[in-house]
Amino acid sequence: MALERMTVARTEVPAALKRKRRRETARTLAFLSPWLIGFGFFFLYPLISTVYFSFMRYDGFTAPVFTGLKNWDYVFTKYPFFWQGLQNTLWLVVVMVTLRVAFGLGIGMLITKLKTGVGFFRTLFYLPYLAPPVAATMAFAFLLNPGTGPVNHFLGKLGLPQPGWFTDPSWSKPALTMLAMWGIGDLMVIFMASLLDVPKEQYEAAELDGAGPWQRFRYVTYPNISPIVMFAVVTGVIQTMQYYTQAIVAGKVASGIIGGSGQAFEPGYPHGSTWTLPQMVYSLGFQRFDTGSACVIAVVLFVISMAFTSLLLRRNAGFLSSED
Amino acid sequence: MHTPRRSRRALAAVTGSAVLALFATACTGTNSTGGTDDSASGKDVSITFWHGWSQDNETKAINDNVAAFEKLHPNIHVKVVANIADDKSEQALRAGGPDAPDVVSSFTTDNVGKFCSAKVWTDLTPFLKKDGIDPVKTFPSAMLKYSQFEGNQCSLPLLGDAYGLYYNKTAFAAAGITSPPKTLSEFDADAVKLTVANGDGYKQLGFMPDFHGYESTPSHFLGQYGVSYFGADGKSDIASDPKIAAMYTWQKGLIGKLGGFDKLEKYRSSFGDEFSAKNPFETGQVAMAIDGEWRTASIATDKVTFDWATAPFPVPDDQAATYGRGYQTGTIVGIARSSQKQAAAWEFVKYLTTDTDAVVSFANAIHNVPSTMDALSSPKLDNDPNFKTFLDVAKNPASSTTPSSINGGAYQISMQNFGYDFEAGKQADLQAGLTKTAQEIDAAVTQAK
Repeated sequence: MALERMTVARTEVPAALKRKRRRETARTLAFLSPWLIGFGFFFLYPLISTVYFSFMRYDGFTAPVFTGLKNWDYVFTKYPFFWQGLQNTLWLVVVMVTLRVAFGLGIGMLITKLKTGVGFFRTLFYLPYLAPPVAATMAFAFLLNPGTGPVNHFLGKLGLPQPGWFTDPSWSKPALTMLAMWGIGDLMVIFMASLLDVPKEQYEAAELDGAGPWQRFRYVTYPNISPIVMFAVVTGVIQTMQYYTQAIVAGKVASGIIGGSGQAFEPGYPHGSTWTLPQMVYSLGFQRFDTGSACVIAVVLFVISMAFTSLLLRRNAGFLSSED
Repeated sequence: MHTPRRSRRALAAVTGSAVLALFATACTGTNSTGGTDDSASGKDVSITFWHGWSQDNETKAINDNVAAFEKLHPNIHVKVVANIADDKSEQALRAGGPDAPDVVSSFTTDNVGKFCSAKVWTDLTPFLKKDGIDPVKTFPSAMLKYSQFEGNQCSLPLLGDAYGLYYNKTAFAAAGITSPPKTLSEFDADAVKLTVANGDGYKQLGFMPDFHGYESTPSHFLGQYGVSYFGADGKSDIASDPKIAAMYTWQKGLIGKLGGFDKLEKYRSSFGDEFSAKNPFETGQVAMAIDGEWRTASIATDKVTFDWATAPFPVPDDQAATYGRGYQTGTIVGIARSSQKQAAAWEFVKYLTTDTDAVVSFANAIHNVPSTMDALSSPKLDNDPNFKTFLDVAKNPASSTTPSSINGGAYQISMQNFGYDFEAGKQADLQAGLTKTAQEIDAAVTQAK
């Protein structure tokens, strides 16, 4: 009897329910449609195309031809720059992101503790972020020029070593990291906002319990701002995986190579130390007309970015603070 | 009950087909040819010409040529678009369609191999034949070589650049040197004599041999050796051609004679921009330089404080008879295969590249080397003796260029990268390095095919 009623209910209710659900789905889709269309055209379609072209011989001019794993084999076993580029990119992800987050947080904490001049220092540290990357990189390349730059001149006056900065392979990535830390304004601002949101009572309670500065940071500040730190790390990793402009401009300015017939320029100066994977995408796709291999590297970039992001979000419970 | 499922399948099939069709057509452009446009019968035709020149004197010169052409062909109208970088024109040619240019020029000859092999630029051989133009007799051999790929003449030279030696006559006199060197051993000796130390640096350097020393690249030096880069089988011959190893050995030897790589690199970092009055030759930081003919105009404009002159760059001692040769490159011009007005476009290209007066006036205006044999011998050419050096280099049949390759200038980049490692001492075994570089070049060419 009960089974009979359930059967009846199953056959009668769905008709009305289905209509309602269809309407709801349609409404939801209608509201979501701008995003869905954008997601489809600007993310899904390029992503699928990239994977598709990674299995094709495609020069950008003639019709693509299926070549199986040839491009993958070329990139991983024959293209001499790939592993160096991967190594450089991962170096920047680990060192640059870590230092940027630590420096941004440090500057944010210092400024929130100031009694006077907060506006001045906030502006001072934020302004470099507004400088166009090309202009900022060129300025750094001239300032750090080992022969004519004022930085080395000053270091020389102090009797300190004068590095080759953008012309020395062992200094080029640290020099790019310095440039990234100079433009720390974006992180400083969001860290300041999150630091000002930490309840003062918690600091007072910690002080009453005898907590020192490190313990107050470890047990009060960090748990409150951890979602922002995680946000900074995740976006930093994604941005650094796309690191292109500063590396190519610094290499080009420091090398002095303008480019042209008999004077071809390929990024990575000096000695491939600033080669990053995004530069390889450009070089393969647009200088060597090998869109297939460029797409292989784009897929690798996507996979690494996804892996980093998933790992970070899983280990740190996403963007939730310990309070949530 | 089955209808929705079938419907879903049908929808999936249609969507799938649409996606596949989209993929298949994406970015492949249109490649239809359009040889007839009735311009020959006097019908009004408008064509679009994209070029990269941007300076006032350059755009004026090209516009003057266009005006002269339109006077000769009143029914062909040329819409000129200046300051177009190669990347942009490549994208336009990829996309095709009515907005793509009909005639395109490029400052680099490196991409000729791709433009010809992918048939992005149309083969001009039928047009040349139709008008009875023999390219071998019309254009200098090196220029003809860099404007074609595997027999496909998809571009023509539109002015050229020749490389030679610039030397500081005042510094030469102070060092007791009476004439420019003709062989590389004389050159080395002069470079050492001209070098004046200043503590652990230089007050004046005889010559900057480092491969990053602006125009002192492997390809430019190899123009003095006469190399082919590729064998008859299409494979890189840089490991088997002794001239290549000889060039790297000479360059590294000169680095040693002038104080070593680190010292030279530190000095190089004090150089100003290549294309400015701070160019190290113009400032007197180096007494000799390898450079193109355009520097004659820059030096005249910048008014340097010393006497200077030009000469062909020296050649290896065992090839002394070839003195006078040099590296050559230049601007190329072609017709987009997607153009529907190729007949009119050809008339324009023919005028720009083969009309002696047009070539000479353009060369004089922008201080480039003319690109036809007739123009190179024209009495209307700039008769400055320093400029004439480069005209003679261009006319010299032993002058050479970097051949076009299917993957652009990738082989030159491989050779440059090896050179950077070799000059810095990171790669000590020259032969092993050249063998590895040749393999790298072959792998890249195979990948591009």
